[in-house]
Amino acid sequence: MPAVSKGDGMRGLAVFISDIRNCKSKEAEIKRINKELANIRSKFKGDKALDGYSKKKYVCKLLFIFLLGHDIDFGHMEAVNLLSSNKYTEKQIGYLFISVLVNSNSELIRLINNAIKNDLSSRNPTFMCLALHCIANVGSREMAEAFASEIPRILVAGDTMDSVKQSAALCLLRLYKTSPDLVLMGEWTSRVVHLLNDQHMGVVTAAISLITCLSQKNPDEFKTCVSLAVSRLSRIVSSASTDLQDYTYYFVPAPWLSCKLLRLLQCYPPPEDGAVKGRLVECLETILNKAQEPPKSKKVQHSNAKNAILFEAISLIIHYDSEPNLLVRACNQLGQFLQHRETNLRYLALESMCTLASSEFSHEAVKTHIETVINALKTERDVSVRQRAADLLYAMCDRSNAKQIVAEMLSYLETADYSIREEMVLKVAILAEKYAVDYSWYVDTILNLIRIAGDYVSEEVWYRVIQIVINRDDVQGYAAKTVFEALQAPACHENMVKVGGYILGEFGNLIAGDPRSSPLVQFNLLHSKFHLCSVPTRALLLSAYIKFINLFPETKATIQEVLRCDSQIRNSDVELQQRAVEYLKLSSIASTDVLATVLEEMPPFPERESSILAKLKKKKGPGTVSVTDLEDSKREGGELNGGGERGPDTAAMASSNASTPSPSADLLGIRSAAPVGAAPASAGSLLVDVFSEAGPAAPSAAVNEDGFLRDLEQPTETCDSLLVEGSGDSDSAPPSEDPAPPLPEADELLNKFVCKNNGVLFENQLLQIGIKSEYRQNLGRMYLFYGNKTSVQFASFTTTVSYPGELQSHILFVQSCSCMFRNQYTSDNWDTACYSTSPIFAH
Amino acid sequence: MLLTFTDCKIRFLLLFSRQGKLRLQKWFTPMTEREKKKITRDMTTMVLSRQPRSCNFLHWKDLKIIYKRYASLYFCLAIENGENELIALEVIHRYVELLDKYFGNVCELDIIFNFEKAYFILDEFLMGGEIQETSKQMVNRSIEASDMLQEGDNSEWFELELFG
Repeated sequence: MPAVSKGDGMRGLAVFISDIRNCKSKEAEIKRINKELANIRSKFKGDKALDGYSKKKYVCKLLFIFLLGHDIDFGHMEAVNLLSSNKYTEKQIGYLFISVLVNSNSELIRLINNAIKNDLSSRNPTFMCLALHCIANVGSREMAEAFASEIPRILVAGDTMDSVKQSAALCLLRLYKTSPDLVLMGEWTSRVVHLLNDQHMGVVTAAISLITCLSQKNPDEFKTCVSLAVSRLSRIVSSASTDLQDYTYYFVPAPWLSCKLLRLLQCYPPPEDGAVKGRLVECLETILNKAQEPPKSKKVQHSNAKNAILFEAISLIIHYDSEPNLLVRACNQLGQFLQHRETNLRYLALESMCTLASSEFSHEAVKTHIETVINALKTERDVSVRQRAADLLYAMCDRSNAKQIVAEMLSYLETADYSIREEMVLKVAILAEKYAVDYSWYVDTILNLIRIAGDYVSEEVWYRVIQIVINRDDVQGYAAKTVFEALQAPACHENMVKVGGYILGEFGNLIAGDPRSSPLVQFNLLHSKFHLCSVPTRALLLSAYIKFINLFPETKATIQEVLRCDSQIRNSDVELQQRAVEYLKLSSIASTDVLATVLEEMPPFPERESSILAKLKKKKGPGTVSVTDLEDSKREGGELNGGGERGPDTAAMASSNASTPSPSADLLGIRSAAPVGAAPASAGSLLVDVFSEAGPAAPSAAVNEDGFLRDLEQPTETCDSLLVEGSGDSDSAPPSEDPAPPLPEADELLNKFVCKNNGVLFENQLLQIGIKSEYRQNLGRMYLFYGNKTSVQFASFTTTVSYPGELQSHILFVQSCSCMFRNQYTSDNWDTACYSTSPIFAH
Repeated sequence: MLLTFTDCKIRFLLLFSRQGKLRLQKWFTPMTEREKKKITRDMTTMVLSRQPRSCNFLHWKDLKIIYKRYASLYFCLAIENGENELIALEVIHRYVELLDKYFGNVCELDIIFNFEKAYFILDEFLMGGEIQETSKQMVNRSIEASDMLQEGDNSEWFELELFG
């Protein structure tokens, strides 16, 4: 075990490294380094030309200093000089230096590229490999420009040595990834696929990575690789361990190559050719069989390599999702791993099962393991394993086991790591809502969530529970009672106060009959928390108080007393002060009828899908395909917009729908078919509605008691408050291109404009149109405001105004003005420009 | 499982001691020095605080971190989310074997004093974040061959190298 350099013995370097290690303090180290830097600087600038060996040594020292963490601002030129040396070791150090300390000086880049070019054309395989390595390590645009055409040629040339081919393949891969536009497909592409058949396993290993990447971008061009890959895989899997010699790793034949082949196959759907498919299935079965055989070696490397192939095969089986037999076998295998001694295997099994859970073939099989998973959640020491167990429970949840799973997740939440609590809360909320048959259970669950992890209960969650309670008559009493009890706890979370305040304000009357929850008791309970709460909560409570005055006149005096006190009406917060003052006045001057109208029970919320799901997806990160995505798209595929669109795609679909109407959209059919009341049944038709008529239609956001949660799986649209730009009064007929008779609901909407000048003219999930008009003597002006309710821009949005013949003569001037489109979900208020016609007409 | 077109499979490889001293750093995607320093800090903190007998896999941002301890050194590999963890674990092991074959009973000191060799060996094994050659023999042959070249070079310079 040499403690000093082996091979070339750069003694000076070894001495220097020893010195650094012997430094007792950071200051001493810096001092020693500076001394050396000065020395090297002087040597580089010196009159005497340095010999190659010395240059190499100093450049290496500089590299060492840099890797220690200090900045180096010289030495690049010398390193570049080393590149042109004939001595391999000097070249090597030169290349290492410039790969690590990448410099963007254009002069240096030119010199480097020159050196690389020389080495590439040198026909010396070691030099060529060095050069290719450098290109792969640096992968800059300049290098890509210089060499992107050269490397494919080297790769497929008949006289290229194997080692160079390997390097060329991976180098080309790197260039393709960083500058795909510079690597052009050519006649080399077909020859690359045939590298899969190469005798040299190393070449195949390298080529596969290249082919996999190319296939992802150009699947058709490379699809011949599938059958070649299958036959290669089949040969490896059935080979004896001695066949592959040095490519056998601890008795496992070519594990890396096998994994890569399985990966490549995941870029394509199952092979169509029966023979190929049969061979592949046989292969997969062999792999699954081997997993059951006793191990050939006790070493962990053997089992890791074997299991790596197994897991990759399972990934392929899941990807295909078409062989029920294989899927069930895979599931059983994973089930065995769930209880394996090795933590790694339990972790991976839990992770793999998550994806299996979303396949319809294996979903039931996965569910059979629920007890094991719950046990893992409770007993695993490693937090990452517990987390995978929680993810799996979420993935395998369905109506049959929802209650059990939610209960387990709640109890896990009590002791969970803080970093994962928010995600857990969102998941529990989603599950509780999705599978609630009995809504009192849902209310209990959410209140429990608040109690256990109140800090991590985001707004979306408690807004949702309130929306649901408001919309469901049957659970209102229960909610009021439960919330009342929950508030009794001496220390309850502020979110609980918010929910409680709102619900008691709306439905406190349902429990007011019981003396234990009489109106005054309710009020005192709420007010006892008042001073502990933040401003927004207090504002909410004040609203609850005025609702109490309306619901329970006997409390009026007490509450007014509270509102009247200085801490309310002279509160330093403007919102609180305003509310206190206004509510106080309202309670004193309004008659009971007016008060009752103003404070009428909240109407049911319009149908919206849950923003909780959107939030969970956002949390999961942009690049990952989350379990929810897979699950939702696979399970609810049928319900989504007439096709299995994945969540993130729906937004794109919304804006592209203008050009490619969905199959369910029948422009003329919708108009002439059943009244618009039926149209909201499928969101697909709604999208078409928006882009086909500029005129009003019945409000699509129909109040629909049963289907409140129906559109749970349509993300990207949030349930923020309505945008009411203005309201409008329209004397003219609705601007509609269609001469079809106005629909009955449309009349109702229009009627309101008889008394009002401003209002919402049309609204659905995507768009809100408001009207604002003003009239003076014989002149009138109308503005139309279009509000984008989605989080994507509308593309090619146009509006037109048309008017029936008789009004033609009255319109003096139609002015199109660019009006900004307000998108409330982006940080900049004003989105794409659109047109709004503002006719000025005479009566 | 969706395979997306992303950067290289292996993003970086770090070797550090129990005290958090970095012994080797290989970055397979371009990054600023600042980013590298931050990532190094994050990795050392995360890995060094893991309990024994935990699994070797961690989630970090959008990557998977595979780590394993060999004597006094922690090997830490970052791979993309869709990649195979177990085979990544064996990538680490293979690299250790290669080092071991070259240095003979490799230890941390070998890597400290022969850092450039450690990089050269790594370069024969991985390239552009992908596995290049998995045969131990092949890799070793290349390294030995280059050593032969070196020894040939230095014979004339031997007497001049004493005091660097």
